Amino acid sequence: MGQVIQFAIDVLSLGSLYALMALGLVIVYGILRLVNFAYGELIMVAGYTLYLLDGTALPWLAMAAVAIVMAMVFGVLTEYVAFRPVRMKSVTAVLITSFAFSTLLQHAALLFISPRSRLVPTPALFTRTVEIAGVVVPLRNLLTIAAAVAVLALFTFLLRRTVLGIALRAAASQFRMTRMLGVPANLVITSAFAISGLLAGVVSLFWLGRIGSVVPGIGLEPLLVAFIATVIGGMRSLPGAVVGGYLLALIDVSLNTALPQALLQFRDAFTFSLVIVLLLWRPQGLIRGPATGQRT
Amino acid sequence: MLRVSGLHVRYGPIAAVKGVDLEVRRGELVALLGANGAGKSTTLLAIAGALAGRQGRVELDGEAIHGLTPERIVRRGIAMVPETRDVFADLTVLENLRLGGFVHRRTPGAFEEELERQMDLFPILRERAHQAAGTLSGGEQQQLVIARALMSRPKLLLLDEPSLGLAPLIVEHIFALIGRLRESGLTILLVEQNAAQALARADRAYVMALGTIAAAGPAAEIAANTDLEAIYFGGKARGARA
Ligand SMILES: Nc1ncnc2c1ncn2[C@@H]1O[C@H](COP(=O)(O)OP(=O)(O)OP(=O)(O)O)[C@@H](O)[C@H]1O
Ligand SMILES: [Mg+2]
Repeated sequence: MGQVIQFAIDVLSLGSLYALMALGLVIVYGILRLVNFAYGELIMVAGYTLYLLDGTALPWLAMAAVAIVMAMVFGVLTEYVAFRPVRMKSVTAVLITSFAFSTLLQHAALLFISPRSRLVPTPALFTRTVEIAGVVVPLRNLLTIAAAVAVLALFTFLLRRTVLGIALRAAASQFRMTRMLGVPANLVITSAFAISGLLAGVVSLFWLGRIGSVVPGIGLEPLLVAFIATVIGGMRSLPGAVVGGYLLALIDVSLNTALPQALLQFRDAFTFSLVIVLLLWRPQGLIRGPATGQRT
Repeated sequence: MLRVSGLHVRYGPIAAVKGVDLEVRRGELVALLGANGAGKSTTLLAIAGALAGRQGRVELDGEAIHGLTPERIVRRGIAMVPETRDVFADLTVLENLRLGGFVHRRTPGAFEEELERQMDLFPILRERAHQAAGTLSGGEQQQLVIARALMSRPKLLLLDEPSLGLAPLIVEHIFALIGRLRESGLTILLVEQNAAQALARADRAYVMALGTIAAAGPAAEIAANTDLEAIYFGGKARGARA
């Protein structure tokens, strides 16, 4: 029983981070059919924001809020710098510019801060533990799950109940028609990047909270995780991203528990093999996205 | 009200529209006819601002609008019902209509008022309000996209083949509806394969062939004097489909 609870909480807390991360990638991909390769750097930006705010008199929650806002600002900045100028011209160009922007941000961190890892402030709550049915669980894991539930609820409300949210969903299937109804293309795209930044910002708090520090290359793993989760769930489906995130966490945590010590270092190889099998079975991912029209 | 002059549109190497001039006056129902591939849909999309490779002049009430984005052109009062219908299949009927009224989102009450009007005009939409638009029948979807376009309270409605793929009874219904819209004072530019039906209701008509205007005049004159068969070398096959 204790092991089951332990396992469930591990899967749910890791899955929450994967799911939110994947959602941020899909919200942009669904509309533009382009992967934002500078997405992982939003985690980095939020991390260095926390680092730079450390030692100020601000309470942690305020620092966290600033970090999230910075991730949103840099999300929107990515759109202005890497996507908007070349979006209409060529898909390849956007892939290159978003890669370039990602590298630029990493190098800026290397140059102006440090190539070495820097500690980020974490709230005292994160290091506490609670006991559930005899199992000692880090409070941080429970907070991660709670935060994900709250963000997913907010996200669902936004997409279902607000006109902007409805426009975002419409644009993901028929962008041109959405524009012909008077919805500005730039409003839709900028909002998608801002939401993407918000999700990455929230993830960063818990992701960095686990590690306790930030390095310039911190964004690679979350980007990869988000990408795999979306491939599993279906590149263009928002519920798919969430399902993919939790499923990937289930695979990871199961392998962590099941693999013998000697094989543990090859965990990712096992994960990828499972993902390949899954894709052979369902090449579109688990959940199909909306029917599509024109990309512009 | 609408004046198009010297309109050219290319899709990469293909010239789809080669110098189209046409005019729609206030309150008129103008039909735009022609064979498959003549460039009718391209002309409408170009007027709505949805095509990048266009050249030429489009004026609405004397103001040039050809440089504007599609989202601005709707605000000026031109609403489009594309041939592909483009319902948002995963959104509910109500959500589709809500986007149709996007331009009024800052005017309190405007959306609700317009929604009531459209629901009265299309009672089926009231019944299906909370159903995903993709689950509607073809005729219902056509009514939805017309209602969605009307939600913006346009001065000019661009209708691209509203009868396409619909059963004869529904086609009747749609044409009766177009008649009523026109009587209510709306200006309409109608593209149709169903030439007889369109000419019976239109004030004037243009006939397109190979990207240019081949004939123009009052609808009755076009119906009587133009050898529609000759211009419509693709018309018969299409008629069988409707
Ligand atoms: N997206 C596109 N890319 C390339 N060529 C296109 C595209 N859309 C249309 N065309 C071409 O442009 C020409 C005009 O097409 P258009 O759709 O305007 O004709 P239409 O008069 O509306 O025909 P139909 O009666 O079949 O709807 C055709 O030769 C068509 O093949
Ligand atoms: Mg057409």
